[in-house]
Amino acid sequence: MQLDEFFVTGEPLIYAGMVSIALVTAATIFILTYFKKWGWLWREWLTTVDHKKIGIMYLLSALAMLFRGGVDALMMRTQLAFPDMNFLNSQHYNEIFTTHGTVMIIFMAMPFLIGLMNVIVPLQIGARDVAFPYLNALSFWSFLFGAMLFNISFVIGGSPDAGWTSYTPLAGAAMSPGPGQNFYLLGLQLSGIGTLATGVNFMVTIIKMRAPGMKMFRMPIFTWSTLVTSFIIVFAFPILTVALALMTIDRIFGSQFFTLTGEGLPMMWANLFWMWGHPEVYIVILPAFGIFSEIIATFARKQLFGYKAMVWSMILIAGLSFLVWVHHFFTMGAGAFVNSVFSISTMLIAVPTGVKIFNWLATLYKSKIQFTVANLWALAFIPSFVIGGVTGVMLGMAAADYQFHNSYFLVAHFHYVLIAGTVFACFAGLVYWYPKMFGHKLNEKIGKLSFWFFLIGFHVCFFPQYFVGLDGMPRRVFTIIPEWMPLNVISTVGAFGMGIGFVIFVYNIYYSFRYSEREQTGDSWDGRTLEWATPTPVPFYNFATVPHIEDHDAFLDMKKKGKTTFEEDKLEPIHMPSNTGHPFIMMGIMFIASFGLVFEWLWMAIAGLIGVLIMMGIRSFDYDDGFHVEVDEIKRTERSARGL
Amino acid sequence: MSSHELKSGPLEYRTEQGQMNILGFWIFLGAEIVLFATLFATYAVLFGRTADAPLPGELFEPGIVLIMTFMLLTSSFTCGIAIHEMRRGSVKGLTTWLIITLLLGLGFLGFEIYEFIHYAHEGATLQSSAFWSSFFVLAGTHGLHVTLGIGWAILLLLQLAKRGLTPVTSRKVFIISLYWHFLDVVWIFIFTSVYLIGMVV
Repeated sequence: MQLDEFFVTGEPLIYAGMVSIALVTAATIFILTYFKKWGWLWREWLTTVDHKKIGIMYLLSALAMLFRGGVDALMMRTQLAFPDMNFLNSQHYNEIFTTHGTVMIIFMAMPFLIGLMNVIVPLQIGARDVAFPYLNALSFWSFLFGAMLFNISFVIGGSPDAGWTSYTPLAGAAMSPGPGQNFYLLGLQLSGIGTLATGVNFMVTIIKMRAPGMKMFRMPIFTWSTLVTSFIIVFAFPILTVALALMTIDRIFGSQFFTLTGEGLPMMWANLFWMWGHPEVYIVILPAFGIFSEIIATFARKQLFGYKAMVWSMILIAGLSFLVWVHHFFTMGAGAFVNSVFSISTMLIAVPTGVKIFNWLATLYKSKIQFTVANLWALAFIPSFVIGGVTGVMLGMAAADYQFHNSYFLVAHFHYVLIAGTVFACFAGLVYWYPKMFGHKLNEKIGKLSFWFFLIGFHVCFFPQYFVGLDGMPRRVFTIIPEWMPLNVISTVGAFGMGIGFVIFVYNIYYSFRYSEREQTGDSWDGRTLEWATPTPVPFYNFATVPHIEDHDAFLDMKKKGKTTFEEDKLEPIHMPSNTGHPFIMMGIMFIASFGLVFEWLWMAIAGLIGVLIMMGIRSFDYDDGFHVEVDEIKRTERSARGL
Repeated sequence: MSSHELKSGPLEYRTEQGQMNILGFWIFLGAEIVLFATLFATYAVLFGRTADAPLPGELFEPGIVLIMTFMLLTSSFTCGIAIHEMRRGSVKGLTTWLIITLLLGLGFLGFEIYEFIHYAHEGATLQSSAFWSSFFVLAGTHGLHVTLGIGWAILLLLQLAKRGLTPVTSRKVFIISLYWHFLDVVWIFIFTSVYLIGMVV
């Protein structure tokens, strides 16, 4: 292989990307060396098993991925603003819509939500860590290395260009030769390991590690949403694992699953992909519902209306999510009966979702609403998401779908649910729990500015797309005709509005780090759930003493009764797991193996897999039992944290 | 994170961590069921799509498959005896029966490798048609699981020799026994829905 085949050449934008990657890497190395921070990086972050730190690493990576996916989006919107634009050629455009979709779903939305789960769920249930801290670190590193593998594709080897759904036969070896599509397959496979492990981890954590007295129906709603999401992960992700593996074997080892030769079935890919892909949509929306529920209850200063209905509707949505996958390809021609069945199951999902919408409204009804930034995101979510949901039901009608299919109407619909649902929730959750993680709030004034830019930009960007879709503009085209221009110009203006909103949000992180008031108590918003019962910053063992839960909204109840999570006479030594560099190293080797497979260098892949097996063997012989935090140390930590 | 230890009940369930690991593994097996279910579904969809390659009925041999089935089913039984010995507190009984289990597993693998080579010889390979792709990937994934299980069990035998029965080692052995029984269940489905049906159609 020649060097110019290895690196992507001939595109000025990509050369700029290479230069910026080189500069950022050099700057990072320089800063770490100059300030002698390598040891700190290794001890405090790369080897950590603390769920709070892992969560923060997830959040930082997800923000970086949001930036990358956002830049992709702005490039597409620039190209589509006017007819005959020459900003991106068709090949480059194909690559960018593929990476935009994949990055946003797999490497932004999921890790963002999993990051929040990591930080918050153990705190909400009164646990000192997740059930398997080592596995948790492994999950994070598998995600990060998977994301890196996917992201380097645009400078090394070339990006995948068959869409984030990667339909065969287009994505097969015959029509998409070269490493591009392999990056997609192995990047997702590698990060998928971590997602599955996270699902198992949180199920066990939530089932087994709740504080005494916290019955299932006393759990905070975000914890419930995490539990239900974990169920979906465990039962949906293996389908993706198989689908990706089959396509990998097709492409690299010449099998015939999805090929046009050897009696392969290309449409089977669409089925397998969406049998995972549809539940995946709910993996990224249910935690969002959980976050909004927490925020609305806190800032309406009321108990969440219809708590049990909220839980049951989540469970119902999770069940239904496995029964609707065919609605992604009604036009495949499975026949009227099959389409009718999936049409009805699709529309059924609107019922439990509607229940949730009314419950949020009823929580707000006659309450004294506090318009904090976190709550603004939650309040903006309700009407915006309803627009996305209602157009979803329109798409769910199979007969009508023949008109909407593959048009910008669909693009507008799924951006309305994914941005107004998931992305708003990510911002809302980050703002809401920010003081718990970093010891200071984000500035409210700048936060509001970023919120309004993003919200208005969002509607300006995507609302016109419904209409340009009805005017016949198909998705995944790299150039437009003059009739579609006015609406596309508006849409592009909106997209840049969202971009400005994001930049202001990031600036706010910097500004608040410099100027925000530091938190004095752990209870930043007069909260209702247990995460606010810990001091800020949270000690690494979370709870000095685990409270006995007697009600839902556990912390509200504790505040009424004057209880805390630091009862000096009840202190006992706390058992904690030790840090370890294994997960980082193991997934680093896995990265090398996957990289070898991407370029079909089998020697490298095999050597890497042997390395991973050796690491697993080493882990098997690891009997490190962790350590105990002594009572004196707990006392010292808590007294200084609580200013006693 | 509690390290309190119960005084009664099976050794592997006495610590909270032990209970959590076992529950976690059950959930993982749930994911494995989905994984194999997807492979079975793929196989069912691609059934009959042999293109120019031989039909399964022409190649499948009842004798070998029956021997393989007996070996794996027996290994599941001996694995059960191994756990029974563990519950009695006998490290020697446990290791003996575990080794017998592994030998049966190795025998199974040997026959499977022979079978695959034989089919390839007759013109049925991973590449020859959609049907054979799905056959080799389904049976191969099961075989790969057995291989990994054998390697894993050898590591545990070393640990048992070094540490004897503790809450940790007994938990590990108990978990691998769950894994082994699971592979047996999967094989029963492969035997019936792949080999038996393949031989008559």
